[in-house]
Amino acid sequence: MKWEVVIGLETHAQLSTRSKIFSGSSTAFGASPNSQASAVDIALPGVLPVLNKGAVERAIRFGLAVGAKIAPRSIFARKNYFYPDLPKGYQISQYELPVVQGGSLSVMVGDKEKTVRLTRAHLEEDAGKSLHEDFQGMSGIDLNRAGTPLLEIVTEPDMASAEEAVAYAKALHALVQWIGICDGNMQEGSFRCDANVSVRRPGEPLGTRCEIKNLNSFNFMEKAIQYEVRRQIELIEDGGKVVQETRLYDPDKDETRSMRSKEDAMDYRYFPDPDLLPLAITPAWIEQVRVNMYELPRERKKRYMDEFGLSAYDASILISDLDISNCFEGLLTKGPLDVNRNYANPKLSANWVIGQVARKRNDDDSSKAEFWILSATLGQLLKRIVDGTISEKIAKELFDVFWNEDKASGLCRGPEAVDQIIAANGLTQISDSGEIEKIVDTVLAANAQQVADYKSGKEKAFNSLVGQVMKATKGKANPAQVNDLLKKKLAG
Amino acid sequence: MLNYTIRQLTAELAAKRVSSVEVAEFFLKRINTLGKALNAFISVDEEKTLAAAAAADRLIAAGKAGPLTGVPVAHKDIFCANGWKTTCGSKMLANFIAPYDAHVIEQFNAAGSVIAGKTNMDEFAMGSSNETSFFGPVRNPWNTETVPGGSSGGSAAAVAARLTPVATGTDTGGSIRQPAALTGICGLKPTYGVVSRYGMIAFASSLDQAGPFAKTAEDLALMLNAMAGFDARDSTSLQREGEDYTRDLVKPLAGLRVGLPREFFAEGMAPDVAKAIDEAIAQYKKLGCEMVEVSLPNMKLSVPVYYVLAPAEASSNLSRFDGVRYGHRAPEYSDLIDMYNKSRAQGFGAEVKRRILIGTYVLSHGYYDAYYIKAQKLRRLIAQDFTEAFKQCDVILGPTSPGTAFKIGEKSGDPVQMYLSDIYTIAVNLAGLPGMSLPCGFDSAKLPVGLQLIGNYFGEAKMLNVAHQYQLATDWHQRMPQGS
Repeated sequence: MKWEVVIGLETHAQLSTRSKIFSGSSTAFGASPNSQASAVDIALPGVLPVLNKGAVERAIRFGLAVGAKIAPRSIFARKNYFYPDLPKGYQISQYELPVVQGGSLSVMVGDKEKTVRLTRAHLEEDAGKSLHEDFQGMSGIDLNRAGTPLLEIVTEPDMASAEEAVAYAKALHALVQWIGICDGNMQEGSFRCDANVSVRRPGEPLGTRCEIKNLNSFNFMEKAIQYEVRRQIELIEDGGKVVQETRLYDPDKDETRSMRSKEDAMDYRYFPDPDLLPLAITPAWIEQVRVNMYELPRERKKRYMDEFGLSAYDASILISDLDISNCFEGLLTKGPLDVNRNYANPKLSANWVIGQVARKRNDDDSSKAEFWILSATLGQLLKRIVDGTISEKIAKELFDVFWNEDKASGLCRGPEAVDQIIAANGLTQISDSGEIEKIVDTVLAANAQQVADYKSGKEKAFNSLVGQVMKATKGKANPAQVNDLLKKKLAG
Repeated sequence: MLNYTIRQLTAELAAKRVSSVEVAEFFLKRINTLGKALNAFISVDEEKTLAAAAAADRLIAAGKAGPLTGVPVAHKDIFCANGWKTTCGSKMLANFIAPYDAHVIEQFNAAGSVIAGKTNMDEFAMGSSNETSFFGPVRNPWNTETVPGGSSGGSAAAVAARLTPVATGTDTGGSIRQPAALTGICGLKPTYGVVSRYGMIAFASSLDQAGPFAKTAEDLALMLNAMAGFDARDSTSLQREGEDYTRDLVKPLAGLRVGLPREFFAEGMAPDVAKAIDEAIAQYKKLGCEMVEVSLPNMKLSVPVYYVLAPAEASSNLSRFDGVRYGHRAPEYSDLIDMYNKSRAQGFGAEVKRRILIGTYVLSHGYYDAYYIKAQKLRRLIAQDFTEAFKQCDVILGPTSPGTAFKIGEKSGDPVQMYLSDIYTIAVNLAGLPGMSLPCGFDSAKLPVGLQLIGNYFGEAKMLNVAHQYQLATDWHQRMPQGS
């Protein structure tokens, strides 16, 4: 029997404001407990919240980035419940009228494009933390995080597999960093996802869902959803029923466990916070935010496809994060000009950014998105490929040299270093046909068997001969010339 | 000195006929004797008060005195004052020492006035008689068997008994005006948003507003000059140009249209109160005012609307008192939930618990629309009634409370009877309008009757003008309780 999986995600993105959403305290991570908790954060009697404009501005940025409606009037509401890390006994959130309404995010799942609709995104404050270690039978409360601004981003139940959910989460993760509203640091809890998972047989109404928490890496998210889908299917196939509940993912055991059932669900008694006025956002404010934003990923993707003829897949990798995309943008102005057009050679640049830069960065510790080559330097390298000074093979070796050495020294060298290194190491491509011809002759003479094989129709033998020539020139021979000469000689 | 107004007192201070320290000592002596008998104060700190008075004397000596420098002001114990115990009349905060100043306190400190002490009040401002205070009831100086009204009963009693020249209070449903009426003094609740709520312990955030108590309308105006003004720490604080609330005091009232809401005079008013109000109306006619009958058809809904909205907000506002970070924590408990339950059960009194329960109920899933949303809609209708009425008049006049001071214990067993003593004041809070009470006579038991004036939005200066002109023509405000 076939099953359909239905997944919706809720993501809490901590907004990158310097101060908290309703107080002036710092939001910096890692300070000693309660050193960043003001009278407002610890909810002394008589204190009042004042909304941080920067948090709203970031919500507007997000709304623009996902093509959502930005509510001209939204309401802050109190979500009432008791917990020691919630100093006021309520969380200020948005309920009936959120600041961002609708929108969507297009993501690549493998080489297919998938659009995930967003329900809403609303502003709220983070809670503090309970510290259960080090207090011998007691709990400590650290309110440094209390009041950190959050944007809670809620999708429609549009994802049909763990793979799709992870693809969406990754795209969202890249987007919030791209538009500069969240640092994306999952270890520090800046970007936290919960998944609502249900299964059904095709054509049936939605099944009962479970919410899975504690998905603090993409890897855990994938495993947790896969586990939960298996659990629900097995449960139903064994004649059981899925109970609506909140479940916690345990990465050590790779399973989800029941945390609380719907019956235990609290009545949060939401009502509009009388301490805060309705949040009014004017078209002028939205426009002011818009003009100060980077070109959005989806806009860039369209441009890469329309103007440069890149495939959807390549374009989607180029916009997978802002640094990668900006590297490519840099090459467009600093790299080699396309001889047929009046802008730089975008296909070569795209291949290099995807094949080399993105790869190299992935090899490094991917939590630290650092670049160890300047666009101008890489552009110079590509120029030397295009003008025939060096072969692509040499260029790739040089790229690794630049990246590794500059990473070690902590200093990125400029474009002039490219020519210096080529000259100092004698890496210039051999394009003198006389010189290449001599080497080709030598190789042909020494490899009579391959020559015979080629002449008898074994195409593979030709590649072997090219390889011999390249080896003899330490990779410096111009491959096009080698090909031409070999073909001429073998035909003759 | 006993009956000095602010202007008289500051004139004496300026002329160096008396020092601020001497003034403070004079009133502290009264607070420590008569004040104790009335139970008007929760905290008195002679050292702090005298130090502030000495600082005021230095300002006066340096020629830097403002209109309130050296004037003792008693503050309702709902305002956080740095270094002062700030209890809000509750066991929950019986040992809470505020680490910061409320905006109102800052303003008075900046003006050089002297904190005379923190006054008794109904617990978390929930009450109309000052009987719900953890620190015991306040007694009305006109008859110590009766209540002074509430919730700002300590401040009202203190001014009435001349324990302090002036005081502050807060008014959520009448908590300044009703005690002012019951103690024969003046009290004003400004337009919502005129005085910052920062540092004022919240009861019902959308209704709470701080205001002054004094013997005269002119003193109220001087007090309001210090209290009013934009404060960025309160998002509901209004950003407007500063105004001098004394500017219109001397304007003659000829031609002023005074609105008399039909519903205020329909029923429920004690006969002695009705008589005093009628005499006040006659006085205003003599001053050249034109009486206009107006109607507030939805006013009858204001008590039930209020007792949905105020408890709803209170149930949430009081959630922070959980025993975790400050305030009362039960000495023994078995786990977290038990700590919450016991701390709150022990820390809050019966009236506070009643309102938390009502508020929790009306906000609950399945009841929210029927109660909270419905009440908000009615609130809008009540406000619209006033907007209509003010098309026909400049100020509205009526009683402050249906009766005069009642006996301690008389209504404390019947919450609905108690709630009805705010029937004329609550609608003003729901609409966010300014209102005030001033003395206009006495009943047969020689207990004071209060006259309520209601202004249009930002109509404080006009309201004070109307009150001041009345006080120029009458002497009710100069009467003082015997034995004081």
